[in-house]
Amino acid sequence: MALDDKQQYQTREFKVVGTRVKRPDGVDKVTGKARFGADMSAPGMLIARVLRSPHAHARINSIDTSAAEALPGVHAVVTRADFNEITDDDFTADILDNCMAGDKALYDGHAVAAVAANSPAVAKAALKLIKVDYDLLPHVTDVDAAMAKDAPVLHEGRTNESVPDGMSPNVLARYEFGHGDIEAGLAKADRVIERTYKTEATHQGYIEPHACLASMGPDGQADLWCCTQGHYMVRNTCATIMGLEQGQLRVTASEIGGGFGGKTTVFLEPVALALSKKTGRPVKMVMSRSEVLRATGPTASSSIDVRIGMTKDGRITAAFAELRYQGGAYPGSPVEFGSMSAFAPYDLENVKTVGWDVVTNRPKQAAYRAPGAPMAAYAVESAIDELAKGFDLDPLAVRLKNAAREGTKASYGPTFPAIGLEATLRAAKDHPHWTAPLGENQGRGVACGFWFNFGGDTCVTLNITPDGTVTVSEGNPDIGGSRASMSMMAAEELGIPYEQVRTIVADTGSLGQNEVTDGSRVTFAVGLATIEAARAAKREMCKRAAMVWGIEEDAVKWEDGAAHPAGENAGKHPPMTLKDIAAVASNTGGPIAGHHEANPEGAGVSFATHMVDTEVDPDTGAVKILRYTVFQDAGKAVHPDYVEGQFQGGAVQGIGWALNEEYIYGDDGVLQNAGFLDYRIPVASDLPMIDTVILEIPNPGHPYGVRGVGETSIVPPLAAVSNSVSEAAGVRLTQLPMSPPKVLSALHSK
Amino acid sequence: MSKIHVTTSVNGDPTEFLCEADETLLDALRDRLGMTGSKEGCGTGDCGACSVTVDGRLVCSCLMLGAEAEGREIGTIEGMAEGDTLHPLQRKFIEHAALQCGICTPGLLVAAKSLLEKHPDPTEEEARYWLAGNLCRCTGYDKIIRAVMDAAQEMREAS
Repeated sequence: MALDDKQQYQTREFKVVGTRVKRPDGVDKVTGKARFGADMSAPGMLIARVLRSPHAHARINSIDTSAAEALPGVHAVVTRADFNEITDDDFTADILDNCMAGDKALYDGHAVAAVAANSPAVAKAALKLIKVDYDLLPHVTDVDAAMAKDAPVLHEGRTNESVPDGMSPNVLARYEFGHGDIEAGLAKADRVIERTYKTEATHQGYIEPHACLASMGPDGQADLWCCTQGHYMVRNTCATIMGLEQGQLRVTASEIGGGFGGKTTVFLEPVALALSKKTGRPVKMVMSRSEVLRATGPTASSSIDVRIGMTKDGRITAAFAELRYQGGAYPGSPVEFGSMSAFAPYDLENVKTVGWDVVTNRPKQAAYRAPGAPMAAYAVESAIDELAKGFDLDPLAVRLKNAAREGTKASYGPTFPAIGLEATLRAAKDHPHWTAPLGENQGRGVACGFWFNFGGDTCVTLNITPDGTVTVSEGNPDIGGSRASMSMMAAEELGIPYEQVRTIVADTGSLGQNEVTDGSRVTFAVGLATIEAARAAKREMCKRAAMVWGIEEDAVKWEDGAAHPAGENAGKHPPMTLKDIAAVASNTGGPIAGHHEANPEGAGVSFATHMVDTEVDPDTGAVKILRYTVFQDAGKAVHPDYVEGQFQGGAVQGIGWALNEEYIYGDDGVLQNAGFLDYRIPVASDLPMIDTVILEIPNPGHPYGVRGVGETSIVPPLAAVSNSVSEAAGVRLTQLPMSPPKVLSALHSK
Repeated sequence: MSKIHVTTSVNGDPTEFLCEADETLLDALRDRLGMTGSKEGCGTGDCGACSVTVDGRLVCSCLMLGAEAEGREIGTIEGMAEGDTLHPLQRKFIEHAALQCGICTPGLLVAAKSLLEKHPDPTEEEARYWLAGNLCRCTGYDKIIRAVMDAAQEMREAS
């Protein structure tokens, strides 16, 4: 779809956008009133629990549920036999198989049965009475091991035609991007390095476990309450799995206690609906933390080879990367995004990436903030850093020398419009952090990162109430303050105070299709639709004023929250404010609303540069983060507090990925650290303040210049921290996480 | 198995409930009393989202039995504001944008209030260590620490 000219960026003086207003959900969230997924109950509700496979890979011969069903208080048990098979939609069939195993359990934690009972205690007791007859199968959890020809095979016949013959059936797809001639480029280099990097799987680590409350009647109508990043996605997926018409399933999104991509699919919801259908009662399901870690998310682990050539003055002559990602037991690791984004920050004549999508006996990966990009950036930015330091060049200067800019043909195909990478690098170079002194065992690292950003199906309705306040209905769960941002953009466009607008997240019956809250799309796409809905409402209000004044519609203009007669009528009538027009709406044609539905393109790519100082303890290998600064292009920061919050949150998730977080599997393929004690995310005492510098290079594809900001912030930190630790330790590290034993072993290897 | 009858006080209100012998205080608060402000993030005492006070002492309500509330004074997030007046910490969390999703916020507020009652003038490091038992995955803690330090200063100046 071509962009409407009016949707392009136009310079303007902002009055509301760019201020730091208070969020509308603030009071509810500081008083405990906000209702999250597990906070809802219904009369007559049953509680359901899931039985999960204790084996990494096993054939399920039979499941005997009779003893569980006979337990007093148990109302129903479901297994895969209770679901219709999906034969024409592999994507949804895999989701169903992940929600409830079919003939094989594919990972430790895979759901095999679920019980609905009149109390949690009875449901828990019933799980122990279900007898599953398993045949254990050999398993594989490492990506490189899974690609070996003799590796245990998860699925036969799922390999895509892009994969050459003779590879393990665990290799499902191959991707390739780039241009130029790698060998010719490498021949021009003064030095070529070739390195292999590995990263472990990390979990999104949202503090709120998955939860839902389902109610389905024999009339084919159903209601679902759940914590999700996209209730329209939940509706469509569950309707397909349950054989329901989409219009008959109404999904309401609860407040969401974190998602980071991990709540862009379903795990419990179809099971709760099936149990509700079978019992005729509302069914509530809530995961434990152990279930969250064993059976939802995480992101892919990776193994990446990089080959880069550089001249002694710092110009990259050729860059190649081969990326191998395992995405758990089903197709769809984010290796395609990794392959596309790996070299996106650089203007390269010769560049190529090859990506391999691999399955292993691990939980089905879910999106995690800029899915696939952080590990690719880790490998590439580590190699560039090593080359720059080898030539004794300033790592920021090397990046500036090679930086993508407006007109650069990106490694993944498109030619960039106005972008902000250079601005972030220059800001980093000029920042006092760059020249601050370092002490013994301390190092400083920098790295760049890129994310595509996204538009997607979006609907917004903006209603003018009879007293002239404004309500905005949008269809995207608010995970970081987006209701405030929508209210700000509506207020800006209408020329009224922020306090006069309230934004709500509407259920699936109230708007058309909305893409999930992903791809850093909401402030861009929902913002654009909100602005357009406000413009539609303004046009209607100008029409009403024209009617009152008895002049032509096009002789009215909207300024500062009021309709004014324009042209030869200017000054002939006193302006009518939004409230004045709302008051006479009933007599001038009825209620006033604006709406906008679109799949907007022009999301505007985003870049960041991160700078971090670390100190390595030579006795223990422990790493301390001393100082951290994020430089990122936001296009236009609608609410600077929330933009800073996204920068800081992404950086700290990246620090966790770099230093502590990892999925640890035993030889038996069982996850050994399925809890927050052993899967250690950063805590307050691990960290300093996270400084932020917001750059604003307007996105040409948004009326206010907005770019998504949520995901880019997790792309640079893995490499930035590794470059810093490598300098502090005096030895290059090439595997994450850089936990104390790994750092200590690197120190001893010097 | 018969349930246990518990007589306690929650946010100053005399309260009674029946619970199972193995039921946590968190489950009793949420499922028996409808006080869902305290959250379960882990159930193992690692995330602090269920933080409450028992006779003034900060505890993870997921690690305490409901039956142990007998005769105690329980304080939860629902009791933090006085009528329609927010506690300074609650106000500062909103002003500093110290929450994104908000799931950890009740626990962090209860824990921060407990800190300031014992240490009205904490250093940033003391605040970071006191709150190290409360996980937040959205914010990176920066704005949370700023909100707590700002609230501490305001509360000192007011007293």
